[in-house]
Amino acid sequence: MSPPIRFEMRRRTFLVGSASAIVAANIPWRANAQPTSLVGPDNSTVTLVVNGEARGLAIDNRTTLLDALREHLHLTGTKKGCDHGQCGACTVSVNGERINSCLSLAVMHEGDEVTTIEGLGTPQQLDPMQQAFVDHDGFQCGYCTPGQICSAKAVLQEIRDNVPSHVTRDLTATIEASDEEIRERMSGNICRCGAYANILEAIHQASGAQV
Amino acid sequence: MRAFSFERASEPAQAAARAAEVPGAKFIAGGTNLLDLMKLEIETPVHLIDVSATGLDRISSTAGGGLRIGAMVTNTDLAADATVRRDYGVLTRALMAGASGQLRNKATTAGNLLQRTRCPYFYDTAMPCNKRVPGAGCAALGKGAFSRQLGIIGTSDTCIATHPSDMAVALRVLDAEVETTTPSGASRTIPLDEFYRLPGDTPEIETALMPGEIITAVTLPPPIGGRQSYHKVRDRASYAFALVSVALIEREDGTGRVALGGVAPEPWRRPQAEAALPDGANAVMSRLLDGATPTEENAFKITLAERTLAAMLAEG
Repeated sequence: MSPPIRFEMRRRTFLVGSASAIVAANIPWRANAQPTSLVGPDNSTVTLVVNGEARGLAIDNRTTLLDALREHLHLTGTKKGCDHGQCGACTVSVNGERINSCLSLAVMHEGDEVTTIEGLGTPQQLDPMQQAFVDHDGFQCGYCTPGQICSAKAVLQEIRDNVPSHVTRDLTATIEASDEEIRERMSGNICRCGAYANILEAIHQASGAQV
Repeated sequence: MRAFSFERASEPAQAAARAAEVPGAKFIAGGTNLLDLMKLEIETPVHLIDVSATGLDRISSTAGGGLRIGAMVTNTDLAADATVRRDYGVLTRALMAGASGQLRNKATTAGNLLQRTRCPYFYDTAMPCNKRVPGAGCAALGKGAFSRQLGIIGTSDTCIATHPSDMAVALRVLDAEVETTTPSGASRTIPLDEFYRLPGDTPEIETALMPGEIITAVTLPPPIGGRQSYHKVRDRASYAFALVSVALIEREDGTGRVALGGVAPEPWRRPQAEAALPDGANAVMSRLLDGATPTEENAFKITLAERTLAAMLAEG
């Protein structure tokens, strides 16, 4: 596990905090502002098992898994790119399967095992996939990298589990981790810097290391 | 996103009863389409009923030798299922042609059927859309509108949106049926060819489901064999919606079945067109797309559909 990130009061944080305090002052009581048609509270409690540790949260029902990780648990390794499931920067593993954490409500993950980039390795002992991205320069700005790495690990597992893809020719044969298979399976992770060639090399290295 | 209250349902009948009882309630399963639309406030449910743990996540054989696919089976699990790969290959092919690995791990069978159109004007809340706001008008039909991705047949003068699913196109050639539970607890079976509603004057009504009715399963008849394929043409090689897609089942005697995606508000199949399969792609498409009303921007889809089918037939 990485050391916890210490959040300091910054100018931006302070200004946002002040603004909401002013707005809040004009609303007598927040609950009164809610439409009467809600049939229950607009918030919930949920316990996620994040990187092996049970974490209880009291959250607005609207909180996505991504926002729960970043804003509530301060695990900012998982990135918010498009927030609409198009870029893959928010990819995490839930119960062993990769998903877009931006398109999933935290409240729907009671008891689920969530693994983020912080749970894969440490700076002293990188996960083989993390090491492979370093070895092959599988990034430029690095913003998409946590999602790429979480996705890439799942891709290799999916190939080992013989899950077919769009480019799998024979649906009944054993699937190989070919360039074509890896590229197709990684299409949900966008890299604006265009580090794709090196990402592909990195995944091949990690694939070899796991055989 | 608007605020909403939340509950978990443990069985389908309970979920259906609650959905009928609470105005503005919606089911949520994988959430990959609904949450996207809620963030844009295109969908604004006041109450969500989580149906992901209603015991509908299994694939099993039916007494008649077919397959029963639980409504909550994910797209990945369905595509990877050994029976589906062996006996209903067109379904695996179609599923794997859609979305991304991450999305397929969450997206469910029922949710895939019920996903909304990706028409850019449905998504743009600053533009009029009859599907989003009935009676508002259709920006896609306006002069200079971007209609390249949109429908060419089965559309109306109120809406030219397409149904975006690949899976549904395969299910259509496989003669799938949709099983549901109504709010009163009754079961009903709707053949997929009666499940979707063409827009007509009411593009906001997309399916035959009644308020609160929940999909519990999709059933497939016994395998029909043949060479099964799905060819999707899109603007990039992966992770894009179809310009045109073709689901094809060919038997050795030259007969078979054909359905199209990316061209209509529903998976598009017409039995009279299939009868022309032994005569080739032009004969099929001239019947299947008879009466098409494309825009200037998407008229190419007629040619594209014919050439896609021709290429698939040539492979056989």
